Amino acid sequence: MLDVTEFWVYFSAQPLMWIVVTLAVYSGAVVLHRLADNTPLLHPVLVSMILLIGLLQLTTTPYQTYFSGAQFIHFLLGPATVAIAVPLFDHFKTIRELWLPILVACIVGAFTAAALAVVVAWLFDARVETLLSIAPKSVTSPIALGISEKIGGFPELSAALCLVTGVLGSLLVPTVLRLMRIEDQETRGFVLGLTSHGFGTALALEAGALAGAFAGLAMGLTGLMTAIMLPLLAALF
Amino acid sequence: MVQGLLFVLLFQLIGELAVVSLGLPLPGPVLGMVLLLIVLLNRKQVPSSLRVVSDALLANLALLFVPAGVGLVLHFELLKSEWWIILLAIVISSIGAAFITALVFAALLRRQRSKGEAGDA
Repeated sequence: MLDVTEFWVYFSAQPLMWIVVTLAVYSGAVVLHRLADNTPLLHPVLVSMILLIGLLQLTTTPYQTYFSGAQFIHFLLGPATVAIAVPLFDHFKTIRELWLPILVACIVGAFTAAALAVVVAWLFDARVETLLSIAPKSVTSPIALGISEKIGGFPELSAALCLVTGVLGSLLVPTVLRLMRIEDQETRGFVLGLTSHGFGTALALEAGALAGAFAGLAMGLTGLMTAIMLPLLAALF
Repeated sequence: MVQGLLFVLLFQLIGELAVVSLGLPLPGPVLGMVLLLIVLLNRKQVPSSLRVVSDALLANLALLFVPAGVGLVLHFELLKSEWWIILLAIVISSIGAAFITALVFAALLRRQRSKGEAGDA
């Protein structure tokens, strides 16, 4: 006779299960988000993360086991990033006309994001490694990893801080934009992509393709700008 | 559909290869995105198979962040010691950067658009 625990052990070792669980949890989170009037506090990514982390802790499943299945979803981030070329192409005329605002706002915004985070952490006596790890936090995580390594932070901590920034940004930034009464898709998308990289871009795409194109553009430019700027600034101190 | 997928994966591959072989400081997919954009601008249109794939991927972009997000569980130790400073720094800098960026971008946008309209008239 097949023991239930045996079945569980066999089944949980299979990557398929964690794909199914991730998709099921996310689908449930999307429904919940809709029921709750799309409040950013219950964004599906946030809810799914909390539920899945809870599930892994409850079943004492190591993250590596979870990722053996979830990696197939994670892998699609690469192709999805390439696919942003399509909305960028669709809105290229607008983007070309606005190259000056885009460039200036990106330099100012990328600098503010990094500098404010470092200054606040420094005021509260954080370790030097923490300061260096927090500087690239507004950048999409693969770029942030490289920057952190270059300037002497902890790359893993930086990757974690990018995640926290993405999650918190998708909660806070829409509220800031609402309070400032900013409604045009270009500005909304640009600010979301600049401050909260991929998480912000995902949120902007929910608002529309034009916002998504500006978010993708801001995410890429901020990554590039920060990758050039931070190692130079770090060398000064 | 298959062609569209091939397009996207091919440009990701080209991006990754270029980044590794030239030692560029940016992720392969971002370079792949730029290269695909250049090709699309030259062709002046998006093949329908590519649009199907792009729409499907981008409509569900948020889902793709879930596995990495769950990875936060690996960093609890690193985050534990100074978590409240880190949290405060990220909250303040996110709000501050959003405010300044929105202010600058919206102001420049308004200026450029009003100038454009005056020019058209």
